Amino acid sequence: MEEWILNTIIRGLALGTPLVWAALGEVYAERSGVVNLGVEGMMVLGAFAAFAVAQSTGHPYLGLLLAAGAGAGAAMLHAVLVISLRANQYVSGLALTMFGLGLSALLGRRWEGLPLLTTLPEISLLTYGGLALGALLWFILYHTRWGIILRSAGEAPAAVDSLGVNVFLVRYLAVAFGGALAGVGGGLLSVAYRPSWTEGVTVGLGWIAISIAIFASWDPLRAVAGAFLFGALFHLSFRLQTWVAPEPLQMMPFAFTILVLALASARRRVGVQGAPEALGLPYIRGER
Amino acid sequence: MAPTRDPADGAGPLLRVEEITKQFPGVLANDHVTVDVRAGEVHALLGENGAGKTTLVKILYGIHQPDAGRILLRGRPVRIRSPHDALQHGVGMVPQHFLLVRRHTVAENVSLGLAGTPALFPTREVGRRLAALAERYGLGVDPRAPVWSLSISEQQRVEILKALLRGAEILILDEPTSVLTPQEAEALFGVLRRMKTEGHAVIFITHKLDEVKAVADRITVLRRGRVVDTVPASSADRRTLARMMVGRDVEFRPVRTPGVRDGDALLVEDLWASSDRGLDALRGVSLAVRRGEIVGVAGVAGNGQTELVEVITGLRRASRGSVYVLGRAVTNTNARAVLEAGAAHIPEERMRTGIVGTMSVAENLVLRRYRYPPFSRGALLDQAAIGEFAQRMIRDYGIATPGPRVPARALSGGNVQRLILARELSGDPGLIVAAHPTSGLDISATEQIHSLLLARREAGAGILLVSEDLDEVLALSDRIAVLYEGAVMGLVAASEADREHLGLMMTGQRA
Amino acid sequence: MPPWSWLLAVSVLAIVVALALAGIIFWSYGVSPLRAYGIIIRGTLNARALPEVGRNMIPLLLAGVGLVLAFRALFWNIGAEGQILLGATAATWVALFSPVPGIWKLPVMFAAGFLGGAVWGLIPAVLKLRFAVNEVISTLMMNYIALYLVSWLVHGPWKGPEMRGFAFTDAFPAAAQLPMIPGTRIHWPTLLIGVVLAVGVAFLLRRTRAGFEIRVQGENADAARYAGIDPARTLLLVMLVAGGAAGLAGVGEVAGIHRRLLDPNQISLGFGYAAIIVAWLARGSPVAVLLTSLFLGIVFASGDVMRVALQMPARTTDVFNGLILFCLIGSERLLFWRVRWAPGGRAPAAESEAPEQARGISGGDG
Repeated sequence: MEEWILNTIIRGLALGTPLVWAALGEVYAERSGVVNLGVEGMMVLGAFAAFAVAQSTGHPYLGLLLAAGAGAGAAMLHAVLVISLRANQYVSGLALTMFGLGLSALLGRRWEGLPLLTTLPEISLLTYGGLALGALLWFILYHTRWGIILRSAGEAPAAVDSLGVNVFLVRYLAVAFGGALAGVGGGLLSVAYRPSWTEGVTVGLGWIAISIAIFASWDPLRAVAGAFLFGALFHLSFRLQTWVAPEPLQMMPFAFTILVLALASARRRVGVQGAPEALGLPYIRGER
Repeated sequence: MAPTRDPADGAGPLLRVEEITKQFPGVLANDHVTVDVRAGEVHALLGENGAGKTTLVKILYGIHQPDAGRILLRGRPVRIRSPHDALQHGVGMVPQHFLLVRRHTVAENVSLGLAGTPALFPTREVGRRLAALAERYGLGVDPRAPVWSLSISEQQRVEILKALLRGAEILILDEPTSVLTPQEAEALFGVLRRMKTEGHAVIFITHKLDEVKAVADRITVLRRGRVVDTVPASSADRRTLARMMVGRDVEFRPVRTPGVRDGDALLVEDLWASSDRGLDALRGVSLAVRRGEIVGVAGVAGNGQTELVEVITGLRRASRGSVYVLGRAVTNTNARAVLEAGAAHIPEERMRTGIVGTMSVAENLVLRRYRYPPFSRGALLDQAAIGEFAQRMIRDYGIATPGPRVPARALSGGNVQRLILARELSGDPGLIVAAHPTSGLDISATEQIHSLLLARREAGAGILLVSEDLDEVLALSDRIAVLYEGAVMGLVAASEADREHLGLMMTGQRA
Repeated sequence: MPPWSWLLAVSVLAIVVALALAGIIFWSYGVSPLRAYGIIIRGTLNARALPEVGRNMIPLLLAGVGLVLAFRALFWNIGAEGQILLGATAATWVALFSPVPGIWKLPVMFAAGFLGGAVWGLIPAVLKLRFAVNEVISTLMMNYIALYLVSWLVHGPWKGPEMRGFAFTDAFPAAAQLPMIPGTRIHWPTLLIGVVLAVGVAFLLRRTRAGFEIRVQGENADAARYAGIDPARTLLLVMLVAGGAAGLAGVGEVAGIHRRLLDPNQISLGFGYAAIIVAWLARGSPVAVLLTSLFLGIVFASGDVMRVALQMPARTTDVFNGLILFCLIGSERLLFWRVRWAPGGRAPAAESEAPEQARGISGGDG
């Protein structure tokens, strides 16, 4: 029995690690008011970059570093389109996902199926790092001046702008940061969790990360909890396969996300933590 | 015109705007405006709509740039390019629509981007500073309270504190009491007096004479973009001020046959309604429009006119009271029910609400009646009938358009309004609610619309005309009602009304 | 609306830019872009391969028409993928588990598929109306819920014979299989339905009262209120048709191509997402979808060519898809705005009014 619980915790931490990084990144991006549905694309590009670098240099941590760069770079595509060109944020994110999946498949062709020689353990420094990052990001968000600026950019960009703070810069930085973290999350998949590369290795985990960000109500600590919880749930769904079909359990994060959104709106008081008010809307000066 | 010199004039003014001129498409908002504001004074800017008060103040706050003229702070010319610039120069503004993050606490809002606050736990330090300021100015507010939980007057205080904490010496308030109860307004005046003694200069925009007498030291009256005069508040009397605000032109009023018929086109009884902000916008408004008469509703914008029109036309809920259109009760129904009762609505925002810009002229002409024959037969639209109707309307109303299929947004403002009038008047409505029908239009369009409305009056329709243009109201109406703070100050026959009297009512004096 | 010629020019420009960017990527991969495009064009537009383009076009056409309608009403339906799956599921039930007699099987399958997709599309619509739930997120989530639903059915209660580790249901009876154009995989009844639907939706929008209301509601919600239009009614109608259309696509896939219900990733190879591009490119015209679905059908078919002739993974088509979509939405500014960039990184000052499209989505106000 204890072994069972221990196992679940370990598996939870293992899968939760890449998720935690990606989800935290999305939390920060969305807190600034920009929705980035391209997490899947950024993660898979990160996964590829990490694998390729780790395989060729033998340094997995270096791989993760470059994965962060890849994610941030991809995120900038999205950022330019939606912040400066004011394109539809949701569609741009989808385009990023498609692009990321396709590009990583293309570039990763010759790396397919190769075993990675130097890997990271499933529960590595980055697992603890993820936890620590969650706490740090939480602290920054609620108890520092940058956190106030970030949150305000997502709630009332007009107020921020009127006080002389550059809303666009804040959003660019937040989106790039989110991309970097998503890249690391993807890198952790291909270098630690399941050291290998195949196309589409992220198998929808990017969407899970977005869901986690939403039903954590955009709170970093809750996102950490959500990520590890999901990892555990995912493991359980296979464990319990002989008694319960896995799919209903796997469906749950998605159903929960809708539930959370519906409840947040049903209790439509501003005091209750819901989505940042300006989320998804491009900021146009002079328009209220 | 040069401002009257106050004999007690000591040191030079803290702020001076000199010959400020600002042109917008079609309107000269500020015309060589020169005003000075001294430290330790409360300076009121008084004027009607379109007088140029808000534009001037937006220039001071860096939202607009003047076309000509300059701004001098302590005798030195400055360029104010943005609100941030303005704050750097010590000019702070409390806007009508607060720029606060409702979800955050007072301290978080005030410390947003504030230089000199610690990086970690900034709200503690800011909370201390806020407490000190609150003491000094009487602006009590809990720094840890979330903004959404505060009353409007408390939120306003947060805006004031934001500006003060950033070193504002000059504080601009744009119609600050429009959202306050009388008691809260009194409290605000107390704060302003304290600020005076601390050496700040306060500029506030208002159209309410009571306020001006209660708290201002000097008053500058603006009319049609020009400064009429600057007078000390103590020596100004209401009549004079009202006259300065609305002017004393002799207008030509067309001789009109009394055309009132039997029956009410519109009956409004004890109407109460809230504004978008949740305050009372209408407080027990009652009026009637008989068939064959035009009732004009005058008043400065923001006194409930918009809400009145919206409630009558089914676009806003009334919390109390009733509305009858041509005898039918339509209170709290919807736009369609009001339409079917026989009312036409010429909306205030013609481009935003009145037309669908991307759809064709013809489609816009049937925007409200597309579902009735002959435009619809069953589930299908009768394109031929629509086309023929469109051709007829274009001809009859002189809508200048290359054709009926052109998208409506290609039309000029005047022609859009002709389109809307064609649409609304062609159904032979018994009641016409016209909100600012000629705002922004040239003379010929305005005259055409006036004659169309008068023709309808002859034909027996009742017309409720809401307009900021006192000339228009005087020229067209049989009776005039003045709205002030959501209540009808008085209802007078046009033949007996004069501008001064109306001006007084518009600024808060009962008839 | 800007003139058609301008719309066309900008759209073509966007596609050209996208293809050029993709070309750069090919070049960095070591393949000459011109050679690559040449091979792709020859590989997809020859007599043998064209039918595959046709095969791809069918679900894209159906889902695309539905999405055009949804987008006209400003309902950002990203859930076509899930609606396709639900349509496929409903049709499978009729084919395998219902007592419907032989000759009626196909018509009932289509009807059931339409309903299945419609229900799946109406749920997010109701969530938006009642709870102001952002429809992009809800439709997206519904895609995944649908995916797991089908996976469960195929691995569980509806499991048929297993083969090489892939799970699927029993094969459909002959009466539940759609006829094809001989020698191809074009199940022409579905294609026909698609064409009729395209024309039908165009007719709906242009000529009917409901269509008028949908257009007004989508173009100007304020004016719609003023005109007495009920936003709930229009939205529900729109999602009924859009979801149903995608559902029909699902029916076509299982009854026409696979003849059974498969693991979900095999059924809709991303048609639901590609249909978004189809609809966006069609700039709101249901009839234009006939062209744009053909174009995307070619893009899809190019995947096979790339795999065989260029040794590139089939998923490379997603690079095209992504880039085209990027360029399309990036080019919107050319259509609707005249931008003046102010120095100093401040917000660009825009002159004309922005249509709802360029504005992003709010959860409640729309």
